[in-house]
Amino acid sequence: MMRIISVLLAAVLALPLAAQTNDELVTSFVLDNGMQVVVVEDHRAPVVQHMVWYRAGSADEPKGSSGVAHFLEHLLFKATDTLASGELSATVAANGGRDNAFTSYDYTAYFQRIAADRLELMMRMEADRMTNIRLTERDIVTERQVIIEERNQRTENNPRSLFNEQMNATMYLNHRYGTPIIGWMHEMETLDMDDALGFYGTYYAPNNAILVVSGDVDPAEVRRLAEQYYGAIPANPALPERLRTEEPPHRAARRLVFADARVAQPYVSRSYLAPERDPGDQEKAASLVLLAEVLGGGTTSFLAEKLQFDTQVAVYTGAFYNGTALDDTTFDMVVVPAAGVTLEQAEAAMDAAVAEFIETGVEPEQLDRIKMQLRASEIYARDDVDRIANRYGRALASGLTVADVQDWPRVLQEVTGDDIVAAARAVIRPEASVTGWLMQAEEAIQ
Amino acid sequence: MIRPFVSLFALLMLALPAWAEVRIQEVTSPQGITAWLVEDHSIPFTALEIRFRGGTSVDPADSRGAVHLMTALLEEGAGDMDARAFARAAETLAARFGFDASDDEVSISAQMLTENRDNALALLKQAIHAPRFDPDAIERVRRQVLSGLASDANNPNDIARNVFSRLAFGDHPYGAPGEGSIESVSALSRDDLLTAHRGTFARDRLYVGAVGDITPAELGLLIDDLLADLPQTGAPIPGPAEVLLSGGVTVVDFETPQSVAIFGHAGIPQDHPDFFAAFVLNQVLGGGSFESRLMTEVREKRGLTYGVYSYLAPKDLGALYLGSVASANGRIAEAISVIRDEWRRAAEEGVSDAELRDAKTYLTGAYPLRFDGNARIANIMVAMQMQGLPIDYIATRNARVDAVTADDVRRVAASLLDPAGLRFVVVGQPEGLPVATE
Repeated sequence: MMRIISVLLAAVLALPLAAQTNDELVTSFVLDNGMQVVVVEDHRAPVVQHMVWYRAGSADEPKGSSGVAHFLEHLLFKATDTLASGELSATVAANGGRDNAFTSYDYTAYFQRIAADRLELMMRMEADRMTNIRLTERDIVTERQVIIEERNQRTENNPRSLFNEQMNATMYLNHRYGTPIIGWMHEMETLDMDDALGFYGTYYAPNNAILVVSGDVDPAEVRRLAEQYYGAIPANPALPERLRTEEPPHRAARRLVFADARVAQPYVSRSYLAPERDPGDQEKAASLVLLAEVLGGGTTSFLAEKLQFDTQVAVYTGAFYNGTALDDTTFDMVVVPAAGVTLEQAEAAMDAAVAEFIETGVEPEQLDRIKMQLRASEIYARDDVDRIANRYGRALASGLTVADVQDWPRVLQEVTGDDIVAAARAVIRPEASVTGWLMQAEEAIQ
Repeated sequence: MIRPFVSLFALLMLALPAWAEVRIQEVTSPQGITAWLVEDHSIPFTALEIRFRGGTSVDPADSRGAVHLMTALLEEGAGDMDARAFARAAETLAARFGFDASDDEVSISAQMLTENRDNALALLKQAIHAPRFDPDAIERVRRQVLSGLASDANNPNDIARNVFSRLAFGDHPYGAPGEGSIESVSALSRDDLLTAHRGTFARDRLYVGAVGDITPAELGLLIDDLLADLPQTGAPIPGPAEVLLSGGVTVVDFETPQSVAIFGHAGIPQDHPDFFAAFVLNQVLGGGSFESRLMTEVREKRGLTYGVYSYLAPKDLGALYLGSVASANGRIAEAISVIRDEWRRAAEEGVSDAELRDAKTYLTGAYPLRFDGNARIANIMVAMQMQGLPIDYIATRNARVDAVTADDVRRVAASLLDPAGLRFVVVGQPEGLPVATE
């Protein structure tokens, strides 16, 4: 008995001080019109990041208008009633700040990073473009060319992006996560003023938005300014409930081969349909986060051990899971075979390793190391509160609550080795999988 | 309605914010190593940045890629630990180590919790002093490097970069990728790696920055323990790289829908008296913002690209002025023509007073926003030391930007910008450009 206790004690002593959380940095509240606000304080430098997240992303687009969420994001930098086209960004720059925006499946977000005493100016302009954009036909035509070149750059010119697009489209039978965020080219080419304004009118409203302010700010002052600028905008009573077409049961393993002359390094990719984090119910997702780490999180992971060290089947292996999503997400694995190893052999080795992992379970020391790193990451995170802010924005826009975000580090720490194996058994279902081979074009002819 | 709003902004713009002073201390260790330190005990960790001048450029001509492969192997086994034991040890401490080799330097970035800093440093010391270069680790990492090189050879961005470098610098080490070639990396021996290790880690080329939960006395002892035993001198660093570029277009035929272009000509060294004028000029012409002339003309007005940029690239041994753009094969010729026109307009006319003012406000206002984290500040401090800047530079830097006049910019634009000497390397299947010469 004594021996066990002393081992436990040693393990506890090795923990950093920070089983502590960073919750004390965070204040949150809701404006009368329904706009949610999160403030993350860091007073080391007089800098602020001001973000507005809309609960509207590419998965909320009407059928046939893929890419409109992202197109609209671009168009929000054009004119409003009071700002000329480009003036918002020019004003941010003239004040020494930088601004940008991004669109994902579940959200669209706009941000500025600037000296802390310019927060009011940022709110005034961001609140303005929430409801007052004024687009011209010329904006539509020119900016549509820009997003087409963006798709060329990100996707058409990159066989790995094209391959990922095919993987997603094959995974989702009925959900919009199967459609690329940037849109299908043939639909992007038809996007027009009505598409953009339709999406804008439906989703851009304070009751569908989250304000996240991080840096050298006083939460009471943020509240005062937020009430003044965002609080003045009426809620949209017609905001639709966020319901999307759901996946039916998956019943058949799917396979695809994507061949492209530009591929230099073939690889095999495997995706399984996986549950996401849900409000008050994050345990399964937490187990999958740790499964991805244990299985494919780097040099000491199980796949690396089996495929890169014990054997030299692969030059690279990895497992990935991002549970912050509104609907069912994916658990993914990638194996890049060594020279002379076929994709078939690489895939077989991957499957054998995963089967062996489920049999042998999690090495306790490995789990301890991962949890130690997760705890330490909360300390390192305080050096970059903008990332903490992004964490809140992404989670709240994906259907989670402030409490879920604050519970998350604890939920991760409570995952056991048995939970991880159970999560693996649940998610590794061939009938809910897509296997893809990315190949050089000439190989595929055989 | 637009005007009143604008004038309100103009008022706000006059007063730039006060910002926290970055208090840098110079620490000299008992054994004579100098480091710059920003003490900040608010978070219990320290960021440490260590750089060795020379980088991949010190590779001998017959073993290109040795420094890069050596650097990649530092965390793949050291002392009595093999690669996996080393990784497990780092994970146990939640220490974060990064090892990187570029043309001009090898850098080691470490973030360590205060509670186990000594153990983390002991581990890092092994990686620097006693990497094992085990044969199986060499082969494993070599395969990864070769896989990356094979991918680069089929990536239009990498092809453009590599062809441009070769045209710009020829046989100088800057003329070829620091990762080496498939042939050179395949041929590297363990001895080549040992030679690269000896040539890289020496005190005559060492720069150190630290930020975080550590005192000057602690830092002095730490860097002595970590670095004082290194040899005094390392491998010779090559001489200056002559810029060999001439004006024109080089097309590399590559079947892909969007052409990728890199363009540029000779640049201006960082220690040149006109560097700040050139820096302000570039901000107006093609610096990162949406408001630059290139972004306005190529993207905002014509929708020819998602992004077009220009940037000064002053390296230790040679300076370039570079830019990049990507447009569909059918539209790249127009993008290139617009860029040439803008280059010529800036060379002939300089910039307007309003553009000068906006660029200066942006650059001076954005500067303090860079100091936004321990690791970033450590990086900036080491770069300052390598450039020979004084320790009080941060406090004087904005005054140097503000001192640039419209006349300065006109003079520098006329001498630096060379529209006829601009070389474009285009990878893709561009329409309406001269026949491929590559």
